[in-house]
Amino acid sequence: MIALLDYGAGNLTSVRKALAHLGAPVTTPPSAAQLADASGLVVPGVGHFEVTATLGPDWRDAILSYVSSGRPLLGICVGMQWLFDGSAEAPGHPGLGLIPGTCQLLTNDPESTPTGTISGDTGTTRFKVPHVGWNALHRQGESWLLDGINEGDQVYFTHSYAAPLTDRCVGSTCYGTEFAAAVEYGPVGGVQFHPEKSSDVGLKILRNFLCRVP
Amino acid sequence: MLSKRIIACLDVRDGAVVKGINFEGLKRAGDPATLAARYNREGIDEVVILDVTATIEKRKALTETIQAVAREIFLPLCVGGGIRGEDHAEAAIDAGADKVGINTAALAQPELITALAKRYGSQAVIVAIDAKREDGHFKIYVRSGQQGTDHDAVEWARQAADRGAGEILLTSIDRDGTKQGFDCELTAAVSNAVPIPVIASGGAGTFDHFVDVFRTGRADAALAASIFHYAEHAVEDLKTHLHTHGVPVRLPRAERSAHADSID
Repeated sequence: MIALLDYGAGNLTSVRKALAHLGAPVTTPPSAAQLADASGLVVPGVGHFEVTATLGPDWRDAILSYVSSGRPLLGICVGMQWLFDGSAEAPGHPGLGLIPGTCQLLTNDPESTPTGTISGDTGTTRFKVPHVGWNALHRQGESWLLDGINEGDQVYFTHSYAAPLTDRCVGSTCYGTEFAAAVEYGPVGGVQFHPEKSSDVGLKILRNFLCRVP
Repeated sequence: MLSKRIIACLDVRDGAVVKGINFEGLKRAGDPATLAARYNREGIDEVVILDVTATIEKRKALTETIQAVAREIFLPLCVGGGIRGEDHAEAAIDAGADKVGINTAALAQPELITALAKRYGSQAVIVAIDAKREDGHFKIYVRSGQQGTDHDAVEWARQAADRGAGEILLTSIDRDGTKQGFDCELTAAVSNAVPIPVIASGGAGTFDHFVDVFRTGRADAALAASIFHYAEHAVEDLKTHLHTHGVPVRLPRAERSAHADSID
């Protein structure tokens, strides 16, 4: 059984629909205790990092215990950021601490990556946050989550904060600066983008996750 | 680099797409889900369903249309037209929309922007602005462009962003349906004024119009309807055109490798 965590962090319809399309119907466990029965766990989330606080200590404990049992987890967007120590968006709310580092607001560092200029362009284009739209994934080492994904394949993002590059990063993306777009820690994966909205490339990534689920 | 988005608009009335239904060689071109599936295959980045009936009794048909389209595509899906309150937005989102576009209602009750942003996140709230040139300004029109207001489009866009809008969908009434090109001056004025993405709409007639609106108009995305309806492979051809003109776009995988040597 695949559990889809529903903690009020936006709309789950599209994640549920994409997983069902891949032959993996999900359930939304009403209590933390029911995670014990899950063979796969998806932590979605859009919006503010603070929403993760909705999940109280019982959920945190259940999720950490779930992870320590070696079962696969996929965090999406805020669900991925939650895997880290925390986010500058909500400093009072710690993350799960599975991956070291703190998520930061996207800023424009023109020296690291030029953004927004297109050939024939005159003048500079305003650096906009949130980062909304399709952007390229750059593969960083071996990855089960990004298996079959080509260097430069594009996925759909919508976010203002982003995770730092660490040795857990398996895919990075450049927008203002380079940030971690996909991370892995054993069978725990996280993606900043929305695979459920990223057409064939996104469905392939969801399928890779489902392949980890016994 | 962030790609410039190409968005297809499906103008839907009573469950059918009202433009492009006479195109020969396309079976059931008037069916929104069929058309959305075709656009997805051609590499469209996003789909907007615009309900052009938007009467209360037709809302059920709209819900069914959203569900049918959402079943076909795994792309961002926005629904607009006649969204007057939180209940309409909720119905659209529950049916499978990722974003809702609000226009007349946002101007009449700006607190709706904040309420929706708080409930669903800013990324789910698109404020649609229909603007028309008048005396050297861009004035806002509401009720499907029928009724003028005293509001300035650039100023309103700024306010909408402050209130929590995630994107602006900007339509030039002067250009809409003319095929004379997007209003790049209007688009640039709004795009430079707000920290959020601006989707340009109204006037697309040629592929070069898209190049112009991304370069001169500073648009983050461009929306069109009939240019995609009438010709098969139009989305692919448009993206190839943009790519060869140096505009960053998401190309289909095979095409990307074919072009990689010659361009980059």
